[in-house]
Amino acid sequence: MMVLVVGAGRVGAAVAKSSLAAGHTVSVLDEDPLSHERLDAGQPTSWEDAGGRFTVGTAIEIDALLAAGIEDADIFIAATRGDNTNILVAQVAQKRFGVPRVIVRVLDPARSDWYAEQGLHTICAVKLGIAMFEQAVLEAARS
Amino acid sequence: MYVVVVGGGKVGLNLARELIRHGEEVTLVEGDRRTYLRIEQELEHAVQYGDGTELWVLERAGIQRADLVVAVTGDDEDNILICQVAKEKYLCERIIARCNNPRNLQHFKLLGVQPAVSATDLILNLIEHEVPGHGLVHLLDLPDEQLEIIEVEVAENAPAAGRRVSDIELPEGSLIISVLRRGGTGFVPKADTVIDAGDEVLVVLDPGLESSITEQFAPNGYLG
Repeated sequence: MMVLVVGAGRVGAAVAKSSLAAGHTVSVLDEDPLSHERLDAGQPTSWEDAGGRFTVGTAIEIDALLAAGIEDADIFIAATRGDNTNILVAQVAQKRFGVPRVIVRVLDPARSDWYAEQGLHTICAVKLGIAMFEQAVLEAARS
Repeated sequence: MYVVVVGGGKVGLNLARELIRHGEEVTLVEGDRRTYLRIEQELEHAVQYGDGTELWVLERAGIQRADLVVAVTGDDEDNILICQVAKEKYLCERIIARCNNPRNLQHFKLLGVQPAVSATDLILNLIEHEVPGHGLVHLLDLPDEQLEIIEVEVAENAPAAGRRVSDIELPEGSLIISVLRRGGTGFVPKADTVIDAGDEVLVVLDPGLESSITEQFAPNGYLG
């Protein structure tokens, strides 16, 4: 499988590394050249030596997506820090490039739900965090 | 008419101000607190503070009953998504989006966010219109309707110069709708009107016919 990860922050870099370790072809796109360091951190070899690809570019630029290999991607992961960038670029991947599997990081729970209804595979860490907090509060109150 | 304007920068504030002056009901949404406080001095209850891409902020602004939603923030992603939810979630019939970077116009189009207004493109079109030496100017492009109107200046050596309208070899799917003569006003030509070099002709045409039109009127002209 070819996995394209847009956004090499904590989430994107971690998913990119584990996907590469699982034997997939992985390409990472980020506008900040320094984000590459996150891909190398804690690894015995550099990201490229390990077989990873890294492209510097802005997610919503078609040229950057093409350079990062979107036309060959089987799985597209939108994990920049911006909800709006993620939601837009995920729809570009899905509707324009026909990437079969598109997974989007959305922090805003309300829009994560609505875009999920529209057919995007959204993952909302905030919602998971809220549920865990609620559970923890209930348990703490009980004891 | 009830209008929700998202983005209180120069475009949004002046737009809200003008709409209110014309008697429309307006809510402006601004996400920067200092900008909001400054605008509130003037617009009072007609401005609300919040991130206009969040659903609850749009709902608080009354997007459900809006006749028109205008997204004019400085961020194209935001403008696209605001208009997308306005149209698809809140079933607002009319949306207008600002496109800051013309290269993003394709994204607006892909997600059905139309019309998208690009100031850069508008100014480029004006430059094309104002700068002499450009043979052909697009006055109107309606790609979905398969219709264009262009303006072209008739060159000295053009096949059409000195000929009657009925004798000009125009391709099927095109029609001269107006002639602007130097120093005069425009008029609708008849079949026996003679087209002179220096005239500007307005032609309505199917997309893709520009080059065969230009051959007739401005064979050495610039193809816009």
